[in-house]
Amino acid sequence: MYVAVKGGERAIERSWDLLAEKRRGDRAVAELTVAQIREQLRLAVARVMTEGSVYDEELAALAIKQAAGDLVEAIFLLRAYRTTLPRFGYTLPIDTEAMHAERRISAAFKDIPGGQMLGGTYDYTQRLLDFTLLAEGGTGAGDEDTAPATHAEPMPRVLAMLDREGLIEQERARPDAPEPGDLSREPLTFPVDRATRLQNLARGDEGFLLSIGYATQRGYAHSHPFAGEIRNGEVAVELELDELGFAVEIGDIEVTECQMINQFAGSGEVPPAFTQGYGLAFGHSERKAMAMALVDRALRAQELGETIASPTQDAEFVLYHSDNVEASGFVQHLKLPHYVDFQSELELLRRLRTSGGVASRPAPALAAEEEQEVAHERP
Amino acid sequence: MSAREAGTELAEGYNFAYLDEQTKRMIRRALLKAVAVPGHQVPFASREMPLPYGWGTGGLQVTSAIIGRSDTLKVIDQGSDETTNAVNIRRFFARTAGVATTTRTADASIVQTRHRIPETPLTEAQILVYQVPMPEPLYRLEPRVTECRKLHALADYGLINVKYYEDIVQHGSIATTYDYPVLVNDRYLTSPSPIPKFDNPKMHMNPALQLFGAGRERRIYAIPPYTKVKSLDFEDHPFSVQRWEHQCALCGSRESFLDEMIVDDAGSRMFVCSDSDYCSSRRAAQDAPGDAAKEAA
Amino acid sequence: MTVSAHVAPLLSARGLSKQYAGRGGCVEIDLDVYPGEVLCIVGESGSGKSTLLNALALRTPSNRGTLTYRTRDAGTLDLIGLAEPQRRMLSRTEWGFVHQNARDGLRHGVSAGANIGEPLMAIGARHYGRLRETAADWMARVELDAARIDELPSAFSGGMQQRLQIARNLVTGPRLVFMDEPTAGLDVSVQARLLDLLRTLTSKLHLAALIVTHDIGVARLLAHRLMVMKDGRVVESGLTDQVLDDPQHPYTQTLVASVLPV
Repeated sequence: MYVAVKGGERAIERSWDLLAEKRRGDRAVAELTVAQIREQLRLAVARVMTEGSVYDEELAALAIKQAAGDLVEAIFLLRAYRTTLPRFGYTLPIDTEAMHAERRISAAFKDIPGGQMLGGTYDYTQRLLDFTLLAEGGTGAGDEDTAPATHAEPMPRVLAMLDREGLIEQERARPDAPEPGDLSREPLTFPVDRATRLQNLARGDEGFLLSIGYATQRGYAHSHPFAGEIRNGEVAVELELDELGFAVEIGDIEVTECQMINQFAGSGEVPPAFTQGYGLAFGHSERKAMAMALVDRALRAQELGETIASPTQDAEFVLYHSDNVEASGFVQHLKLPHYVDFQSELELLRRLRTSGGVASRPAPALAAEEEQEVAHERP
Repeated sequence: MSAREAGTELAEGYNFAYLDEQTKRMIRRALLKAVAVPGHQVPFASREMPLPYGWGTGGLQVTSAIIGRSDTLKVIDQGSDETTNAVNIRRFFARTAGVATTTRTADASIVQTRHRIPETPLTEAQILVYQVPMPEPLYRLEPRVTECRKLHALADYGLINVKYYEDIVQHGSIATTYDYPVLVNDRYLTSPSPIPKFDNPKMHMNPALQLFGAGRERRIYAIPPYTKVKSLDFEDHPFSVQRWEHQCALCGSRESFLDEMIVDDAGSRMFVCSDSDYCSSRRAAQDAPGDAAKEAA
Repeated sequence: MTVSAHVAPLLSARGLSKQYAGRGGCVEIDLDVYPGEVLCIVGESGSGKSTLLNALALRTPSNRGTLTYRTRDAGTLDLIGLAEPQRRMLSRTEWGFVHQNARDGLRHGVSAGANIGEPLMAIGARHYGRLRETAADWMARVELDAARIDELPSAFSGGMQQRLQIARNLVTGPRLVFMDEPTAGLDVSVQARLLDLLRTLTSKLHLAALIVTHDIGVARLLAHRLMVMKDGRVVESGLTDQVLDDPQHPYTQTLVASVLPV
């Protein structure tokens, strides 16, 4: 005798218990601390902060712990938390030119004022698994002085130097410029201005932007990019307080900035100049900042009067699908019960097959592929 | 008959029904606009909620914005109060709002639903909140939001008629069985959410207020009480609903939407009402036929 | 208001210009199209004829000049700065636009019948059976086999797709049809048959048509009047027979002389 499924609540609670157990793993192994994640998985923390849109290393580390290392889940946790946070105001724009850079390179020039600083990077490591890392142990006294050098000489922007010769188009701040929109407060509407687009990309999934950026390099709206400058280090965050009437520094954050120099463009009235794409991320996130800069440039096609020939230049296509919280939710929602709608489809299909509807066109060629797949599965 | 969820404590540190008052106000403004223009999609600044996008955040935000301490909430998914998602959402409001909840449609002041309209007819004192995955009825034919916006503004709905024409050519009938678009108030083409087309007629001239929330797509829309809602069709291929050969194995209903269940290895099938409250009310009435108070649908 | 035998033009342009960054396009065009007449704009590529057509059909905004259209029942419309909803309404009810490449003027994922029926559905037709009859009727009128009504456009040859596009445009009974090189890219024999069809249709339906072509033979066959364009300007215009028999402008003379005698 069929009895309606009940006890959903107990199932959910039991599910939570199981999840907690799996997250903890083998209890004979020491529990991971949030501090360990923050210190030793800092690149994961950087990504979660950037896409979670909250600069708080400890919270990001906590989210990573709670999500058992699933970064997209951790990003979701942080975003949901962000919703509940009260908003005091907006800081002044950060001045990345005044950054205490730990790393600063330009691929466009051999040498630049302030020099090329390699900093700590995976770029020139040999990707060989280091089995010595398997050994655990203590806090380990630091080796010789490997503290990052903070830079004494000024580091003017590479692009600023090109700008002085008029060789690169720059966005100039207009005195009457409107306030930038806030994507966490307003829905995305088209056409999108650059500020909103950059917000969307900054929060966007690194993997998605990486793929789109990669596609541009392979010819889908190639923009002849050069890494004009990449900087990583700390910048001061300043907030203007009404009571004081001036801005005070409230802390430092670590950011990574990338400015790409791209294909020059000109028109009848304006002489040709290089164009640029921009990327910015929290923490040490070069891949993200670079991919973002490539995608930013591709999406400027209409503004620069270029022919739109690739999906990489399609603002709706890129900006509506860049958010991994949305994407993950919707893709995974397919796990929710859909049996009522499926019932409707079943009923229609059965009806069509019995009545032999007027099928004037052959069914799609999927059948052949399916047969192939089944054949491979059989041992 | 309504009861607070046993054993769920009110969550500390959150505003009533989770959202802050400013967000609720923003959502209510969107709702008012939506009610003023029936069937028109109003953009709103959806918040990240503790449930993932795609799992009902839109419905959650609408309910959160309208629910009050004296409300009684019913939550269903696929017509049932007991599916895990319905349970989860009901607990969410029990924890963040402490409101009374119920499984009885007749006792609820707000019903939040995923993919079905209750079989029990609603009244003017009730609000139906639909969870909507894709608010744009044309999205399968035209994925670009900017183009759809123009089509709605110009009431240019030729595209969907072409699709139906082709369905009739290929299958002999319109091949859409759920999320079947409707024309609201003779003006806007609207997605009723993925309810089976069986439920579409219930939307027409319903005494209850119908609100639709799409969190991920950031749209809200509404059908005010007693509004004309017409499912698209051709004059010579009129809209029709599904019918079953079977009746409900539990309550005998021949009028409700039935879930098909495979009960054993031999593939035997059983058909049961999708609306769990409707079915249990009918059974209760059958068990105590003399009890006028329990004489439900 | 004077009593005269003079019929007012459907479409009128004065001083119409559309250029790109100050160059190319068309400049200072004066033009009238009368009900039921076929006007051909002839020129080589780069003459600005396609730009002019697109500007007249409001597919591209012009820079200068005036443009008016006399509607069926709503008086004369100023087309410059016409709001989009009205422009779309005009396109749907009074105008047609036949693209050079049939692919640009057809919907590819749907059948021939749906392609022809769509303009009717867009203005409210809701009877499947009657839509199908109308579509089949039009297929016959453009000399396509009506039994192929459920086939996709890709199943038809280039010339047949062009006929399908024409049917799709004419089904709503427009008063003015714009055509951009309707026979270019087709075999000579196919072209000839298509031109014959166009000639029959425009005359039977009392259709006004504005046809852009580089082929003076098309003009000779179809047009009552023609305009010759060079470097963005009209260099000569008049009744087709007159212009072809006695071309005045040296460029026109070259064009006429270069056509191989039949």
